[in-house]
Amino acid sequence: MTLSWIVPLPILIPLLAAGAALAFGRHPRLARGIALAALSLSLAIAVVLIVVVDHNALVVDVGSWAAPVGITLVADRFSALMLAVSVAVTLAVLVYTTAQGVADEDAGAPVAVFYPTFLILSAGVSNAFLTGDLFNLYVGFEILLVASFVLITLGGSRDRIRAGTIYIVVSLLSSALFLLAIALTYAAVGTVSFAHMSTRLAEIDPAMRTIIHLALLSAFGIKAAVFPLSAWLPDSYPTAPAPVTAVFAGLLTKVGVYAIIRTETLLFPGGELSALLGWLALATMVVGILGAVAQNDLKRMLSFTLVSHIGFMIWGISTNTEAGINAAIFYAVHHIIVQTSLFLVAGLIERYGGTTSLVRLGSLAHAIPLTAVLYLIPALNLAGVPPFTGFIGKVGLIQAAAERGQTLDYILITGALIASILTLYAVVKSWNMAFWQEAESPLPAVTPTAPMLGAAASLVVLALVVSAGAGQVLRYTESAAARLMNPTHYMDAVILDDGRGHGQSDAEVTK
Amino acid sequence: MTDMAASLTLVALAGCLVAIGVYLLLERTLSRIIIGLALLTNGINVLILVAGGKAGTPPLIGRDDPRPISDPLPQAFILTAIVITLGVTAFLLAMAYRSWQLNDHDEVQDDLEDRRMANRELREAMAHRRLDDDGATVEDDAALSRDETAGSDGDPTDVDDTDAEQTEAPHQQRSEAEENAQ
Repeated sequence: MTLSWIVPLPILIPLLAAGAALAFGRHPRLARGIALAALSLSLAIAVVLIVVVDHNALVVDVGSWAAPVGITLVADRFSALMLAVSVAVTLAVLVYTTAQGVADEDAGAPVAVFYPTFLILSAGVSNAFLTGDLFNLYVGFEILLVASFVLITLGGSRDRIRAGTIYIVVSLLSSALFLLAIALTYAAVGTVSFAHMSTRLAEIDPAMRTIIHLALLSAFGIKAAVFPLSAWLPDSYPTAPAPVTAVFAGLLTKVGVYAIIRTETLLFPGGELSALLGWLALATMVVGILGAVAQNDLKRMLSFTLVSHIGFMIWGISTNTEAGINAAIFYAVHHIIVQTSLFLVAGLIERYGGTTSLVRLGSLAHAIPLTAVLYLIPALNLAGVPPFTGFIGKVGLIQAAAERGQTLDYILITGALIASILTLYAVVKSWNMAFWQEAESPLPAVTPTAPMLGAAASLVVLALVVSAGAGQVLRYTESAAARLMNPTHYMDAVILDDGRGHGQSDAEVTK
Repeated sequence: MTDMAASLTLVALAGCLVAIGVYLLLERTLSRIIIGLALLTNGINVLILVAGGKAGTPPLIGRDDPRPISDPLPQAFILTAIVITLGVTAFLLAMAYRSWQLNDHDEVQDDLEDRRMANRELREAMAHRRLDDDGATVEDDAALSRDETAGSDGDPTDVDDTDAEQTEAPHQQRSEAEENAQ
């Protein structure tokens, strides 16, 4: 008896809880309890998955339809790690929102819609991480996107409708592109199961393979906000409510990065486009951070650093070595935690100061010292100041690039160092303006409540724990990267010796 | 293996739908974007149908028909995609209506922050604040600075426009004065 039955639970529990939360929409306290319980349970399952899949990947053929035809859910080390981190971060943001709702006595917050949507978002993210099927990945993307559409336009104010329009139209374009890539894939190889595609894509015409590869990368590149396709992100994220921006910043772009890692390692191993990815990574890092330096609003500044640091992960992927993929996975874990905590702290600041404009804020270090500490630690972590996770991730990336030692690698190392220094400049500049300088006019001074601080602090502490236990985490990401670079593990887990999966449909087919 | 010869009519139809869809997607009006997206995704749906190969008999288990069956997978994909597009279109229509309620039109708005970034007065206020903390010119700065994020209920376009007029006004007056002098 294997534990594979727990694999679909991180998708099912939030979905069922979303229905329950919607049914009890008139009882905010009950809806809140359901949401918290569901995500806590998901987190527990994700942590169990991390331990269980350390030896062998768990595979579930949904509805007992055998693998290449039916939908497969696969939890390997990489998925399990991303799943656990994402659910942990989602739970922290949910606690923050709950605390905010309690503090405001739900004034103006459409609770009836918020909790179910938030849970559906979590289910979509989990589905994207766990699926072993290209079309189901599309469905996972759509689930999380539609939930994010509702969250980003929450309240329907003028600014949010404007920001939401851009976000939604760009997201739908990327979905259409993804669907196009699926059509091309199916026409070329006649399957959408990752494991099956991996075998068959190696056999087709190289030109056709490159076209499919490029189509998939463009679709995922929009979602991950890779440079020429990143302009939508700083335009739309800052206007959403702080906790919504926090969960978007932490998770949605990382789902794109996850998909790119899968594409590069499982579907198209060999790195035929790694030089292109390298240049895109460079442009993303540098252009993103130049945008961040120019901003005079905290949330916008953070959105630009988000784009810039996506470049670091793409850089790790572009090296196409085990060390590079390892560093990219570690960096993704680091970045999910740190970027979410920074946006949550921006929410605390917005609550106290009534704005995130750096021109208006001031004297916060004196007024809310705890929040100041909660800002400073992840901000320095983001810039890569030792001994935090950002430093470890960047050292890993630089090592991986230097080991490969091509000209492009040294250009990328230079670009990454420039981007890191400019990140430090941007976060320290905002620190000076918001925390040290005197405010020009008195701020509203609504002190954040202890649970809100606690939720933000929990993520900061999580980042510190990962820094302290970086050896253990790196060992795990290393073994995850080793599995990714050797896709036969994945294929053997999904497709059995008879060329089909674990399901029962083969009996019908042979008849 | 199924016969992979594609129907030219279907391919041409997919091409037309995608082309018109992309054209409409580039419009500024949300309602046209919605029609564009519908055409685009339907074009791609036709392409998926083409990807499934030639049509055959219904793919049902237990039929004794010896002729080849249709590939059921692309049909499942298309059905899923249609349902998703339907939901998204409904959401977009609601948003276009909301935009019309708020602005009397459903055009995609400019990002005002970009224009604010280019606003010289604010840039100077920032530069000043960065260098100087003696508090001597707090009043000057306060007069120049403006909140970008709060007050989403107010119309930011108005603020920005008046501001642009204010910065332009002296220049225009001067040029008019110069013209009069000439």
